[in-house]
Amino acid sequence: MKFWIGMAVTVALAAGLALSRTNEYFFYAGFVVLQFVVLATAWNILGGYAGYVNFGTAAFFGIGAYTAVVLFKAAGAPLALQILAAAVISGLLGFGTGLLTLRLRGIFFSIATVAVIFIMETAMVNWRYVGGATGMQLLRPPVMEPFESYTRMLFVTMAILAVIAVSIARYIEVSWIGRGLRAIRDSEEAAECFGVPTLQLKLFACTVSGALMGAAGAAMPMYMSFIEPPSSFSLTYSVSALAMPMIGGTSHWLGPVIGAILLGSVQQIVTVTISNEINVLVVGVLLVVFVVAAPDGVLGLLKKLRWWLRSSR
Amino acid sequence: MRFVSFILGLAFSAVALAQSAPVKIGIGIAQTGTLGGGGKAALLALQMWVEDVNAKGGLLGRKVELLAYDDQSNPATTPGIYTKLLDVDKVDLLIAPYGTVPTAPIMPLVKQRGLLLMGNFSFQVNHTVKHDMWFNNAPWGDATSWTEGFLRIGQNIGAQTIAFIAADQEFAQNLANGAKEIAKKSGLKTVYEQNYPPATVDFSAMIRAIRAAKPDMVFVCSYPNDSVAIVRAVNEIGVGPTVKLFGGGMVGLQFTPVMESLGSSLNGIVNYHSYVPGMKYPGIEDFLQRYAKKAAEAKVDPLGFYLPPFNYAIGQILEQAVAATKSLDQKLLARHLHSHEFNTIVGPISWGPDGERARPAVPMIQFRNVADKNVEQFRQIGKQVILHPPQFKSGDPVVPYEKARGGN
Amino acid sequence: MSFELLLEAIVFGVLLGCFYAAVSIGLSVAFGLLDVPHVAHPAIMVLGSYCTYVLGRYGWDPIVAGIALMPLFFLLGVAIYRFYYESFEKRGSDAGVRGLAFFFGLAFIIEVGLILVFGVDQRMVEAAYIGRSLALGEFRIPWRMVVAFGVALALTAGLTIYLSRTFTGRAIKAVAQDEPALRLMGANPVRIKQWAFGIATGVTALAGAMLIVVGPVEPSLDRVYIGRTFAVVVLAGLGSMTGTLAAGLILGISESIVLMQFGASWAPAVAFGLLLVALGIRPQGLFGR
Repeated sequence: MKFWIGMAVTVALAAGLALSRTNEYFFYAGFVVLQFVVLATAWNILGGYAGYVNFGTAAFFGIGAYTAVVLFKAAGAPLALQILAAAVISGLLGFGTGLLTLRLRGIFFSIATVAVIFIMETAMVNWRYVGGATGMQLLRPPVMEPFESYTRMLFVTMAILAVIAVSIARYIEVSWIGRGLRAIRDSEEAAECFGVPTLQLKLFACTVSGALMGAAGAAMPMYMSFIEPPSSFSLTYSVSALAMPMIGGTSHWLGPVIGAILLGSVQQIVTVTISNEINVLVVGVLLVVFVVAAPDGVLGLLKKLRWWLRSSR
Repeated sequence: MRFVSFILGLAFSAVALAQSAPVKIGIGIAQTGTLGGGGKAALLALQMWVEDVNAKGGLLGRKVELLAYDDQSNPATTPGIYTKLLDVDKVDLLIAPYGTVPTAPIMPLVKQRGLLLMGNFSFQVNHTVKHDMWFNNAPWGDATSWTEGFLRIGQNIGAQTIAFIAADQEFAQNLANGAKEIAKKSGLKTVYEQNYPPATVDFSAMIRAIRAAKPDMVFVCSYPNDSVAIVRAVNEIGVGPTVKLFGGGMVGLQFTPVMESLGSSLNGIVNYHSYVPGMKYPGIEDFLQRYAKKAAEAKVDPLGFYLPPFNYAIGQILEQAVAATKSLDQKLLARHLHSHEFNTIVGPISWGPDGERARPAVPMIQFRNVADKNVEQFRQIGKQVILHPPQFKSGDPVVPYEKARGGN
Repeated sequence: MSFELLLEAIVFGVLLGCFYAAVSIGLSVAFGLLDVPHVAHPAIMVLGSYCTYVLGRYGWDPIVAGIALMPLFFLLGVAIYRFYYESFEKRGSDAGVRGLAFFFGLAFIIEVGLILVFGVDQRMVEAAYIGRSLALGEFRIPWRMVVAFGVALALTAGLTIYLSRTFTGRAIKAVAQDEPALRLMGANPVRIKQWAFGIATGVTALAGAMLIVVGPVEPSLDRVYIGRTFAVVVLAGLGSMTGTLAAGLILGISESIVLMQFGASWAPAVAFGLLLVALGIRPQGLFGR
């Protein structure tokens, strides 16, 4: 029950901020942080719960963005429909990728997911309808009441998506699906011996993960008023979506949220004050530091801190 | 009495403070990446204008401040940069990034926020969005203005077939599409056409294919990194004896660092430009001399032929418009810009309803007798021979291309 | 599609393929033999290219610079492996995921570091053999490709001989085949693996030098080479040096033909496509152990 109250408060807070007099740039930057909450949470479903490190976040994100563009260009579809369609298409891509690669273990799976990124990017580069390598300018439709600007509306939309993503992740985590995924992470062979339907569970996780990443990507074209392949399929999305759960903690749904908000906010502040490059350096350095020194992330550190405080009493 | 003077004192200091708030002009301009070579020179020219206008008292009695960020020639960065300029830095006026590719993404943004944008050497970047507050400083207008010189020169020496290679990006595609239509209308036959992704570095396969197709002319639409790679590839493996004219729309062969590093490989190429020595405009010689001094200090392109005069002109245009309308109101300024002509160091500038030049004139030059590793040689007349337009013409083309190149 | 163009494409493909093989051979050792999830391999190669560029500014010939850098990169490789071993391999199974994330992070740090130092501009080197081509009748073969081909061939041959003829080389192969047995025989597998990783990284320095000879480099070049190098290594079969050469040739020729037929916009997908096909149909590769 507490969880649902928390989610409702989050949405209310987001809407309240959007209707207030806060500086426009806050929403421009906040959108990106919320987008990473969705991406990190989606990544964690396969990467954290099941232990399959997916480097292909950028592929699902990019295909989500391009699906939204196609619907917008062909039919002037409203944002909600774009997001829904993007989730479906990226979910299908996730399912397909899973079928192709989930029989591979460890690093082979991860490298295969990188391959999916480049193949999808090449496909979009060669499709003139969505602009090819040149890209496309997009004029936003007029913003609906009561929002003052389109960016604010996107901010609230992304907040709602974040709430949906976290709810789905939490459901998976506490249900039998989560137990099965954890069994796969601990020892896939043992799980299979016990009759856990490993392939089906992995496919499910891959599909849901891909769908959420696609939904996050769908809002991007309207946010930028522009789309082009290299930035839509940038490996930076893959690294960030991987770093944030690793930093926050991969075993609980709160981990990716903490990681995304922490790292995302630092990134946005650094971009505005210093430069764009340092922001990517921050991701890389923090990833390496946490992976080496704090493998259970911030949540793990907090747990250790609580245990240490309790035992020293 | 003391109370009144206290209030008056407050009022005067408030006015003084308001008056001392600078006029902020914002720009995202490439300092690194493929366009960086040109962007650095352009920014220096803009900074020169800011110094000049501040020495005269600024705009509307206020100091002018230029806020510039490096967009790295990457179109994905410009929406973020311009949003930051508008919402965090709160600038009063915007100048567009240098080049079509970084400018394209922000056209919807400025249109939907109703903002004036001073264009900076883009090509047809406004043709889909159709923003009515866009004013481009470049000497070209549509594809005809750019390509007719090249095609006419070719047809005058008997060319009948043409090959096109163009990068898959906004500038090159705009230019190539326009050029292909004009070529068809002129009765030329296209024997080869190829688009390539902007990040392509190896052109040997394309040059080989062109050689096999045996065209009379090759029209290239490329950005600096690819232009350099194409020139090197052509010099490495040759393009065949049939080619009379090679070049046309190669950005970057006007940047001094590129010209210096390519040296004699440039010989024979027929390409567009905006200003070369020999073209007379009031005030330009004086500008170039002052620029050369500042460029030496800043260790930037010392010649300043291509972009700097036109960037200085943007400043001059803004100066005159703001002084005439006595305001920084975007709509007022736009209306004034549409209805007047402005005198600049690159001649008189006025625009058509689409925001492009009303009277475009694109020089086509041919590189001749260029030696390696020599920057100052380009100040001499005769290294970049003007073939078109007639009012500036200084020579006839040397053909075929392989002979003009001195190649194998 | 004329026969001449096809022939030229194949010749170019052979030269390019041998270059790809040399670029991947370090990974063949690091990943193929030592099972290290070394996704940072292309990034280290690009680092080698930039070091070559810096030396080139002082007038060094790129190939000479590459050879001179090899001992430095050997030490770098030893350090990286040591760190990886202490942080991950020692700690057991979960380390697989985190080790992978570590190398991914390392690759990004290297890439961004290069951007901070050199900017995003393309960098090139000058040499007598860059910019001229060998003329054989109607064919023109760029000398830079021939030089890269020659160096690549020498490197691959050298490493193959080292691994099969010398004592340490055979120890490396032994560690890959059966580590516990080696331990029982009294050899220290960690020191051998360290040595091997060092060699793999040293070789990568020369690969980086060849990379900047073949064309201009920029910091994000490592991204597309992840696909090419892993495609070669997986297609070859883990641990096979001659397989690496064969796989490199297959990749080079396919890429060259796709480039000629369909244009440069499809070429990057060839490596990744081949990789997926190899993983899907025959994950142990052509010459796998």
